[in-house]
Amino acid sequence: MTTESTAPVIGTLVHPHAPIRSELFVSRTRAAMLFLLPMIVALIVVAGWPLYRTIYFSFTDASLNNLAGAHFVGFRNYLSWVTLKSGKTFYSGVLADPQWWNAVWNTVRFSVLSVLCETVLGMIVALVLNADFPGRGLVRAAILIPWAIPTIVSAKMWGWMLNDQFGIINDLFLRLHLIDHKIAWTATADTAMTAVLVVDIWKTTPFMALLILAGLQMIPKDIYEATEIDGVHPLKTFFFVTLPLVRPALMVAVIFRLLDALRIFDLIYVLTPNSAQTKTMSVAARENLIDFDKFAYGSAESTLLFVLIAIITIVYIWAGRVNLEGGDR
Amino acid sequence: MTGTVNLWALAKRTAFYLLVLAIIVESVFPFYYAILTSFKAGTALFEVNYWPTMIAWDNYIAVFRNGSFPQNLMNSVIVAACTVALSLLFAVTAAYALSRVRFRGRSILLLTILSVSMFPQIAVLAGLFEVIRAFGLFNTLWGLIFSYTIFTLPFTVWVLTTFMRDLPIEIEEAAIVDGAKPWTIITRVFMPLMWPALVTTGLLAFIAAWNEFLFALTFTSSNSTRTVPVAIALLSGASQFEIPWGTIMAASVIVTVPLVVLVLIFQRKIISGLTAGGVKG
Amino acid sequence: MTELHLKDIRKSFGAVEVIKGVTLDIRSGEFMVFVGPSGCGKSTLLRLIAGLEDITSGTLEFDHDVVNGLSPSRRGIAMVFQSYALYPHMTVYDNMAFGMQLAKSSKEQVRQRVEKAAEMLQITPYLDRLPKQLSGGQRQRVAIGRAIVRDPKVFLFDEPLSNLDAALRVATRLEIAKLHHSMNNVTMIYVTHDQVEAMTLADRICVLRDGKIEQVGTPLELYENPQSLFVAGFIGSPKMNFLNGKFAERYRASTIGIRSEHIEVKERDGVWSGPVVHSEMLGSDSYIYVDVGSEEPLIVRQNGTTSKQLGEVLQLAPVGDNVHRFDQDGRPLASHSA
Repeated sequence: MTTESTAPVIGTLVHPHAPIRSELFVSRTRAAMLFLLPMIVALIVVAGWPLYRTIYFSFTDASLNNLAGAHFVGFRNYLSWVTLKSGKTFYSGVLADPQWWNAVWNTVRFSVLSVLCETVLGMIVALVLNADFPGRGLVRAAILIPWAIPTIVSAKMWGWMLNDQFGIINDLFLRLHLIDHKIAWTATADTAMTAVLVVDIWKTTPFMALLILAGLQMIPKDIYEATEIDGVHPLKTFFFVTLPLVRPALMVAVIFRLLDALRIFDLIYVLTPNSAQTKTMSVAARENLIDFDKFAYGSAESTLLFVLIAIITIVYIWAGRVNLEGGDR
Repeated sequence: MTGTVNLWALAKRTAFYLLVLAIIVESVFPFYYAILTSFKAGTALFEVNYWPTMIAWDNYIAVFRNGSFPQNLMNSVIVAACTVALSLLFAVTAAYALSRVRFRGRSILLLTILSVSMFPQIAVLAGLFEVIRAFGLFNTLWGLIFSYTIFTLPFTVWVLTTFMRDLPIEIEEAAIVDGAKPWTIITRVFMPLMWPALVTTGLLAFIAAWNEFLFALTFTSSNSTRTVPVAIALLSGASQFEIPWGTIMAASVIVTVPLVVLVLIFQRKIISGLTAGGVKG
Repeated sequence: MTELHLKDIRKSFGAVEVIKGVTLDIRSGEFMVFVGPSGCGKSTLLRLIAGLEDITSGTLEFDHDVVNGLSPSRRGIAMVFQSYALYPHMTVYDNMAFGMQLAKSSKEQVRQRVEKAAEMLQITPYLDRLPKQLSGGQRQRVAIGRAIVRDPKVFLFDEPLSNLDAALRVATRLEIAKLHHSMNNVTMIYVTHDQVEAMTLADRICVLRDGKIEQVGTPLELYENPQSLFVAGFIGSPKMNFLNGKFAERYRASTIGIRSEHIEVKERDGVWSGPVVHSEMLGSDSYIYVDVGSEEPLIVRQNGTTSKQLGEVLQLAPVGDNVHRFDQDGRPLASHSA
């Protein structure tokens, strides 16, 4: 409603004085600034400043008990090397830490697998929900339950089901002759990641399904009627009609989930604590920050995770050229 | 799906309903099993049963006798409710400025707000730790309420901005002609029209705050200030080998049932809120 | 009794100039209609007068007070929007009372004015209803009532009838005309793209085109003495007939115009002749389209039902000296000659 420029039109003024700005627009702009202030201040205090401090700490030798006395040490926490008298070079720092790279690998592995499974399963559930059948409301209500349950509770519930001694999963698989002895799902190196994936997929597929469903519901019904009249095979309809049309919603859902998966902490911490096979970047960073009092080191790890997420987000926005304004006001 | 005898169609339909059944069972079973387990007592816990065998309240009593659990529940309620109230207040006013008033840098601001919701919590943990200690909020509920705004505020602002943008401009102009100032426009004209969006974002923010673990774990140190997720995670038995599964299941059920009920009641709103944030973004 | 003076008003949105220097005096108590094709800037001009948009340059005066800097509520205006813009969550009474409540008037005063306005518009039975329970026509009357309650110096209408169906449009038009008569000391400015509304409601009409004023005058002045080809073609339904080339040379003009009711069918020796290509019978009048060799067929008005057949060749001639002559710039040439 306001003009972007307040410069007078040159040379055609009838009246000698400069154009008068209406008090309406002055007061509205002022009110807008005032209204934005609390939110901006809040975000700076809980997000902007702490992020800066974390990055700052990563360049120091800070420790939990002595945050104020931190000294600047440059990139030492990230990567540094020392050449020993024997000629061998000894690397230290996060980027040379095999445990860190293990965490990175775990995180990437987890993210890719979980997002892949959740997308495929979510698509299936969404297609089911998009169909009209009696009991559809029941299904929709049912899938909201995994989503509604707090992550910690899910971890405990599944922890119990996956229990090696008394767990129902072992019991069921034994009965179905899928396994021949009880497996400690969350404790065994080979199966820990699988356990985590199962729980995360169980918990998050509903969210993906709902997002995809919203995209599916935006496809006009007449397109399907046309394919029916044309006698197109349902599988072909899915791949050549549905999928391309649902792609925008799908892409948004996938990117949201991917960024979420990269940050995961809660599930791993509670379901498979202290497992090298599932320790993700967030878990590793916190461990160093709080448990081991390698505060600066942990800050460096946190910063690296942030950088990774930032890069992916920027690439996504640049590639997708997201439209944020959404219309003229 | 006609009435003619068509085996192929019948097979397809059966397969479809089997799939539906599978989805329902898979979604609900873990929760059902947790409830089932919570009602077992004594050695029955160590038997695997697929159907309920008994209803014993032992575990529930143990949970409440635990000492700090009722307090933890209360803490969660307080923290979640205050977070929601604070976020909505800040977000409604911010959303008005972002959706109805033109000013330079508006789209950059929106972009920045959205990007904050992408921050990994761990990235601000170190810095927030310092800030919370500096304000003397460590191990207090306010420390949590305050830090939770990092994820509730961006989402709330985003959804409310989208919603406000769609309110017809003429109603606002009529209010301006009537002499209403921006604050009056928000409170007396827009808010009554927006309450579905407010309920939805409030609910989603409540659930997110209730669920939160990392900050609650790191910024509290005593049982009396802990919230429910941390309490459940730390529930332990008499010795290090004894995990009180029965009690844990009971606590889980207590914490989850109100949430599930809320979510089921407000299904439609929640679904529309989730998708508004995702799809329109 | 407020008169308005617009002095070289200009409005730009960014780099685009939408109002390009409008100077106009609106007399107090008159019903002024802004009319023009879409995109001509008439709504923008109205919004500038209302104060909903900022004036880029030029001054706007209400009774010689410059109001450029004042917000709408302080200018003493009231506005009726095209889409009614009623507050959906408030009753009719609250809708109408809102402005006064914001101004902290006493409950008694509010009630008096709201009830008076409601009576004037016959919406008293609806005072407790919500807008969604009313029909389009009723909602429009509530919108008008809300404006009346403000007791404005200037009443603004932004295409208020566009959202109504044809029958309702005519009925509401009558209401607005009656309103003007009963509130004859209030200056009213009305925007429409429909020249019939303009002709029937206005004391004076201002024809706008491309952000500039084409002509200002009473409906009859615009009809009988259009000062440009554009106004001649815009005012009057059906559109004025235009002839160029050799037809106009005969009258020593670049273009001539003649209205359909100023052409008569003669037995013989017409100025123009040709076959009937189409006819429209509306009951009270008929319009026959005759191809006289020009680009467009001539439209001729006949009383009642016409007896002329398709293909019949007619002899046509102008009645009296009602031929409008225009030069190559579309400016009218001095009085007509046969």
